[in-house]
Amino acid sequence: ENAPGWNKVAFESKSLADVAKALGATSAPLESKELVLQAPEIAENGNVVRVGAQSNLANTAQIALVVEKNPSALAALFDIPAGTDASVSTNLKMGQSSNVYALAKVGDKFFYAVKEVKVTLGGCGG
Amino acid sequence: MSDPMRIRAQAQGDKVTARVLVSHEMESGQRKDAAGKIVPAWFIQSISATCNGKTVMSAQWGTAVSKNPFVQFSFRGGKAGDKLAVSWVDNRGDKRTDEAVIS
Amino acid sequence: AGFPLQREAGAAQAAGLYELPRRGNVHLLHMTDCHAQLLPIYFREPSVNLGVGAMGGQVPHLVGEHLLKAASLKSGTAEAHALTSLNFERAAHQYGKVGGFAHLATLVRRLKAGRPGALLLDGGDTWQGSATALWTQGQDMVDAAKLLGVDVMTGHWDFTYGEERIKKIVEQDFAGKVDFVAQNVQTSDFGDPVFKPYVIKEMNGVAVAIVGQAFPYTPIANPAWQTPNWTFGIRESEMQDTVNEARAKGAQAVVLLSHNGMDVDLKMASRVTGIDAILGGHTHDGVPVPVIVKNAGGQTIVTNAGSNGKFLGVLDLDVRDKKVVGFNYRLLPVFSNLLPADAAMRSLISTIRAPYEAKLSEKLAVTEGTLFRRGNFNGTFDQVILDALMDVRGAEIAFSPGFRWGTSLLPGQAITREHVMDQTAITYPWTTLTDMRGEMIKTILEDVGDNLFNPDPYYQQGGDMVRVGGLTYTCEPGARMGARIQNMRLNGRLIEADKTYKVAGWAPVAEAGKNAGPPVWEVVESYLKAKKVIKPVRPNTPDLVGVAGNPGLA
Ligand SMILES: [Mn+2]
Ligand SMILES: [Mn+2]
Repeated sequence: ENAPGWNKVAFESKSLADVAKALGATSAPLESKELVLQAPEIAENGNVVRVGAQSNLANTAQIALVVEKNPSALAALFDIPAGTDASVSTNLKMGQSSNVYALAKVGDKFFYAVKEVKVTLGGCGG
Repeated sequence: MSDPMRIRAQAQGDKVTARVLVSHEMESGQRKDAAGKIVPAWFIQSISATCNGKTVMSAQWGTAVSKNPFVQFSFRGGKAGDKLAVSWVDNRGDKRTDEAVIS
Repeated sequence: AGFPLQREAGAAQAAGLYELPRRGNVHLLHMTDCHAQLLPIYFREPSVNLGVGAMGGQVPHLVGEHLLKAASLKSGTAEAHALTSLNFERAAHQYGKVGGFAHLATLVRRLKAGRPGALLLDGGDTWQGSATALWTQGQDMVDAAKLLGVDVMTGHWDFTYGEERIKKIVEQDFAGKVDFVAQNVQTSDFGDPVFKPYVIKEMNGVAVAIVGQAFPYTPIANPAWQTPNWTFGIRESEMQDTVNEARAKGAQAVVLLSHNGMDVDLKMASRVTGIDAILGGHTHDGVPVPVIVKNAGGQTIVTNAGSNGKFLGVLDLDVRDKKVVGFNYRLLPVFSNLLPADAAMRSLISTIRAPYEAKLSEKLAVTEGTLFRRGNFNGTFDQVILDALMDVRGAEIAFSPGFRWGTSLLPGQAITREHVMDQTAITYPWTTLTDMRGEMIKTILEDVGDNLFNPDPYYQQGGDMVRVGGLTYTCEPGARMGARIQNMRLNGRLIEADKTYKVAGWAPVAEAGKNAGPPVWEVVESYLKAKKVIKPVRPNTPDLVGVAGNPGLA
């Protein structure tokens, strides 16, 4: 019943390492400054968190957005066709404060960028 | 029948930047209804965009993509006046395609 | 009030304080966080303003003598009184009230007279904080700001009147007069700018860009339902893009009018290049000496100009060849005894207040102690609010938000309805009464604690710790989230995670909290009327761990 090509194993992964493995990684992903993750420090609304990723690594084939503490860590997986920028953004749900990752597949290697996004109760102020 | 997508595609130089707002519940499968029963997952699993016969965006989504999803991407090979078509398929097999003219 | 001697010395003192020779060719006057205080008031600065991590012991986390030392100021002076809580009651009697738009107007007029082209920048939190502001939906402050001659503004609490109201003020009242700027507010659908990100103003042959930064966490610290179609955030990379764009369009100097809060401003200054000065607000820090922050592009002057109309910052820049080659900054305290009231402003304020005067001046009780709010953990006025919440709503524990606005009262003063509104005038004033599990109480305290003490300023929201009534606890500001709050007790007995407690509060940010219970000012008013006399209260504050010797403690 799943849509054709939908990577069930990847979407059932519980961690960045498992997502990378499900996408074909044979070694642990490396942190890279060439991968820019855009996410708020504190979410305005845990149900709508704008997360964007831009890879400046040549031949980036895929970009995944991963929320470590979500029930399913992989939130979205973008293929980057030739001619399309390795730069995407979308809105994600976050159940709680968590590290958010952008994971890029470049050839047979995987690179990541990470940022903590806080989901708070709110209130108070100066 | 789902509502149409809102698509904004703008050409600047040799690049088109597209922003798409999809109308979909994106039910996570984690939420309980008033009676305490789990609301089954119902979400877009695949979404893609084409321009001039070429795929310019292609993604798989899980349950963590927000309700009424947003997606932004940019690509080369389109210009003002060209059409951009966006299509999605959800886990119930429902699908939808909408088109916008690049401005 | 005021001693006879002080009056005689007044003229000389005013000359010493306010005569400020012009420097350079770019002149910026900066006010921020006036919180709608049109009249002179008393305002006690905090005796607790802790800095943690790299911020420990640094400006703005210095109080009392520590701050005076850093600014080379003598204790016992007018400026020392303006900046610290030292000998507050005695000094308040000696130097009189501070702020007041009529007095501020005189100061602005004098400074502008000697500084051709000078701009008046308003950092926001202008339309909220008083009864008349709430009852006129900010109109009194809009009119007063226009008469004062504000040129550029950004905002925070101002947004709590809702999108429609703000749009109307910006597009109608402010049209052609005041530029409302905010690079970090976008529509939540396609991310379109809601306000102008910056304006470029020509002054003495120099093009100056004023970039706006609204409070990044407005929809978190305040109800998101008030601005449902807008999204905020720090947006550091967009800030860099905005600064670059302003430079590309010919700006020879770039100044950021910010409502980030000072710690966020300091971090931003270290990472974003091309900003010559950040005139900041939100954290209400009266910072007499600007901080110079080095970054990859040069340096940025960072200041913060206090609150409640108490200060006016004056920044003179000498700009040559697109470079700031020199500057002079002074944070001027506004003493109403030393600055005569501007007649036009005084008249406007009288007109604004006339329909409400009787209601405002009604005496509800008399206070025997000083009532104030500022401080990281609690203030005496907050304690009165907590006592009222527990007493009137029948709760064993009360929470009151750690707002940094709210004026002070001296022993013997009557507490009028206006004073109560000065602490409570918000657009979501409802009180709540909740059966709360011990576990949830801990979660709330940890959550707010992290907003205040996270070692990374970008994760801070800039308020103070939620005020707590009934419950005692220990707090270790330097600990990690989840471990700061310990030993929570009610009547000496440890709070149990699974047990349920009756907790009163106010200012719910969730939409479900709308109309939850009577507005807080009604609750406080009935408490005050029943008590008639408020004995000096001891604010309930946590036992602090790991902060001995921190110069953020007086
Ligand atoms: Mn403020
Ligand atoms: Mn503020």
